[in-house]
Amino acid sequence: MTARTGVAGFLGRVTAMIVKEYIQLTRDRVTFATMIMIPLLQLVLFGYAINTTPRHLPTAVFSHENSDVSRAILAALRNTAFFSFVREAQSVEEAEHLVRAGEVLFFVEIPAGFERSLRRGDRPQILVAADATDPVGTGNALAALSGVVASALVRERFVGAIAEEAQGREATSQDAFEIVQHRRYNPAGTSQLNIVPGLLGTILTMTMLIFTALSVTREIERGTMESLLAMPIHPVEIMLGKIVPYVMVGILQAVLILGAGIILFAVPVEGSVAVLSAATLLFITANLSIGYTFSTLAQNQLQAVQMSFMFFLPSILLSGFMFPFSGMPQWAQWIGEGLPLTHYLRMVRGILLKGSGLSDLVRDGAALFGLMLLAMGIAVARFRQTLD
Amino acid sequence: MSERAAAPAGTGERSAADVAIAVEGLSKRFGANLVVDDLTMTVRRGQIYGFLGPNGSGKTTTIRMLCGLLTPDAGRGTCLGMDILTQGREIRAHVGYMTQRFSLYQDLSVKENLEFVARLYGVPKPEAAAQAALERLGLKGRGRQLAGELSGGWKQRLALGACILPGPDLLLLDEPTAGVDPQARREFWAQIHALAAEGLTVLVSTHYMDEAERCHEIAYIAYGRLLAQGTVANVIAASGLHTYTVDVKGEGPREASQRITDLSQKLSAALGVDMVAPFGTSLHISGRDAAALEAAIAPFRGEPHLVWRKDEPTLEDVFIDLMRGKDARR
Repeated sequence: MTARTGVAGFLGRVTAMIVKEYIQLTRDRVTFATMIMIPLLQLVLFGYAINTTPRHLPTAVFSHENSDVSRAILAALRNTAFFSFVREAQSVEEAEHLVRAGEVLFFVEIPAGFERSLRRGDRPQILVAADATDPVGTGNALAALSGVVASALVRERFVGAIAEEAQGREATSQDAFEIVQHRRYNPAGTSQLNIVPGLLGTILTMTMLIFTALSVTREIERGTMESLLAMPIHPVEIMLGKIVPYVMVGILQAVLILGAGIILFAVPVEGSVAVLSAATLLFITANLSIGYTFSTLAQNQLQAVQMSFMFFLPSILLSGFMFPFSGMPQWAQWIGEGLPLTHYLRMVRGILLKGSGLSDLVRDGAALFGLMLLAMGIAVARFRQTLD
Repeated sequence: MSERAAAPAGTGERSAADVAIAVEGLSKRFGANLVVDDLTMTVRRGQIYGFLGPNGSGKTTTIRMLCGLLTPDAGRGTCLGMDILTQGREIRAHVGYMTQRFSLYQDLSVKENLEFVARLYGVPKPEAAAQAALERLGLKGRGRQLAGELSGGWKQRLALGACILPGPDLLLLDEPTAGVDPQARREFWAQIHALAAEGLTVLVSTHYMDEAERCHEIAYIAYGRLLAQGTVANVIAASGLHTYTVDVKGEGPREASQRITDLSQKLSAALGVDMVAPFGTSLHISGRDAAALEAAIAPFRGEPHLVWRKDEPTLEDVFIDLMRGKDARR
């Protein structure tokens, strides 16, 4: 008897592992069910229950003048559906009190002589004070604010050329710049459009990490590793054999999430499906490799799960899924750049919402590929070929 | 069964083709524990070599070093002519290793486990090979059953089947019959002998004395040191033990037990007696010094109901004596 060498032998051994892992996977009904349930459950929970753009927020108004302009502004605000004018304040103090008491989340103050200043091109100020204790709740409303006001004024033709000039100036200021972006890709500010691509990445990260993180430690705990090591198989072959079946699971999950996102939340697919598939495949493999690396580092299954969560937490917080990436401090951005989810989120949001093509995604794609190779390298180096 | 190799191990030069395992000065340390200490042994091809010793004596560690699963701290050696330090991967392709704990996949069926092994070793037509193995093992009707649902005896049979499926040249069996019923054990050993007849070398560790006697040669290892090796007859002869057996005759079981217990206590304390072991209504009394032993039992020879005879020490007597001697020296 001689062990086959060369490519045929390699493929034969990898196939043996794949078939074995696949059978074990299908036999574990509970695990298989969770693989299907996790994405659907999370999508529905995040998509329906968690709304980061709440509407009809209680707002107080304190207007010093009752002009056509001020009425147009208030009407425009009401039309965004973010603001619901529940109180009319008679003084700044009263308005402040309403905010402190929690009766309103915003108050809008239109200064005296607003219309006149506007016509003179003085860029008069409207004060919108927000209860920022929940920045997520009020942030979107604030973001929608000045753009809405500007366009309302244009629409109402109170200001012709002056308004255009004013808009141009706004666009150069930082706040305005961000608003312009927001309005372009998600004009209604629907949070689901942003959340579904985010969830696609987050769910894949969680499930892929955990499943491979358990794979090696489970063999050690069940005592099967000793047999496996006594057979003529190379660590790379074991790794590939354990990763491939889960790639299929990852693809299944991605299809489920995207399908549900398109059907339930009308998420658009602006870019190419092929590019999306390639990016997703790369991302799935990168996460499986990282999970597998944890598997070779951990002593038991519990440790492997803990390591996965240690990795999952910053992935959620620092990838731009939960908080805007550009708003994070420099050190957090550096950590974020080391997480596959960060790069995948940029890619998948780009492809789905902005119609980004291959050339726009090269940087993040390369980063993802690099992270995957790094994880695989560590895993193979760390894999103990003996029981020492 | 009782055919035993004539030449004791470790004597003379043998051609490499004749030797399956040859190791020298093998040592392994786990932390402060010296688990295997300067172990030297030779196993010839086609031999059934029994590996005996108390729990924790280093049997498993030695077997793992032989197939490259553990790296020795000192020593060198070859397994099937390949260096155990550098050619672990090649060795594994030719060695079937049956672990002490059942280590096939419990959530895979019997046939799937065999197919996995067949594919991994690159056996042509793995499905057919697995099917053939099922039939050979008498597991034909159980191919679809999950391995985890098999009883102890069937699990052991499956594990052995998986080991020999790729057609290895050497089998390393680590306590293969622990917890298996006598019938299954007997069938197992019949199969081991059949395999040896086909030219396979078998190294098998066990706690059972009757199994030791089924081996061509045995090695006794305790506290990581090899204390005795050779054929069973050689090992017994080399022990230098002298044994008497005394039977209690013509009394009821209760009186007989009482008499055995009394005699056992008195003799244990006597000079010249190294070991006393009761077997039913008889007692084994052994000592290294024949004259001292005679003197020790002389006062009891005239007692009624006792029938004395000179006996051969059993393998168990020898091993327990070896272990005690080792204890005393420690």
